[in-house]
Amino acid sequence: MAIGAFGQSRISRLVLPIAERDHTLGSPGAPCTLVEYGDYECPYCGLAHPIVKEVVRRLGRQLQFAFRHFPLAEMHPHALGAAEAAEAAGAQDKFWPMHDLLYANQQALDDHDLLRYARHLGLDLKRFATELAERTWESRVREDFMSGVRSGVNGTPTFFVNGVRHDGPWDAEALIEALLASPRVPVSSMGRR
Amino acid sequence: MAKTTGQATEGAPAGILKPGTPAPAFTLTCTPDQKVSLSEFRGQPVILAFYPADWSPVCGDQMALYNEILPEFRKLRAMLLGLSVDGVWCHGAFAAARKLHFPLLADFEPKGAVAKQYGAYRHQDGVSERALFVLDGEGVIHWSYLSPLGVNPGADGILEALESLQATRPA
Repeated sequence: MAIGAFGQSRISRLVLPIAERDHTLGSPGAPCTLVEYGDYECPYCGLAHPIVKEVVRRLGRQLQFAFRHFPLAEMHPHALGAAEAAEAAGAQDKFWPMHDLLYANQQALDDHDLLRYARHLGLDLKRFATELAERTWESRVREDFMSGVRSGVNGTPTFFVNGVRHDGPWDAEALIEALLASPRVPVSSMGRR
Repeated sequence: MAKTTGQATEGAPAGILKPGTPAPAFTLTCTPDQKVSLSEFRGQPVILAFYPADWSPVCGDQMALYNEILPEFRKLRAMLLGLSVDGVWCHGAFAAARKLHFPLLADFEPKGAVAKQYGAYRHQDGVSERALFVLDGEGVIHWSYLSPLGVNPGADGILEALESLQATRPA
């Protein structure tokens, strides 16, 4: 397929490098970075979830992965609430278990379901419910969303491979190949702490 | 990746209109009983988003994405108009299904006439390119971008263009 860009050629880059604020898997300072902007109610993100896990497992110490929220709230009425629930769980050190539960239950993401998952994870339910009711994590989710917009996120999921938007297929082989092939963003700009 | 720097597709238009060019005027239908003219938006920035067709796959859909980012465009006083060769009834169903809060214009009869004026029509396919234009308050093209057809360009370029427009506007 011939692909041409006739305006200004434009490469969309991640404007917010992986940093302390992020929920990450893998090794800090690893040579490869993968950032996913995703939505818990998006079926394609649901498909991507086990793929990302496989990539993380196979690349081991060579990779650091971060997940950021990009809820398409107009299209997916439960996406924003689910993202805030993941953050509320994260505040109790259970971001990834909640993340997995949300993707395992994409058809059941209303407030009642979110509380059920919090109970299942043994979270402080009063705190969890209060933070959801008070929209404690709304601005945090918004921050993720806007960093995605600024980086050229163009749907969900959008992946950034070593800091550059990945427009190709995102099966595990393709992601791993891209991660290992593309030049690494200099460590000095990677926000290592 | 080299994808964004590929060479011209065969049969592609000579090029989309460049910055500095006055934006060609148009009047198009946006609902069965409503028309929109570009001149109505003189005095504010306008984003023209040409796209190939309604009903592309859901979560990667360019118009649905812009719908989510609409508050940011509004903060920059910009009006967003989506344009494709789809007819007004198709646009209506698409906008309702995706809950779009901005107009979709039907470049339907004569087919693609506006896209052709902007150099954004694909004769071989009979649809418009995936092309973006940001116009200033005087109706002059401030920024334009032609995306590879299969790649939703996102909104980062639009926001940068709108901000640079604000920065250059006389106080």
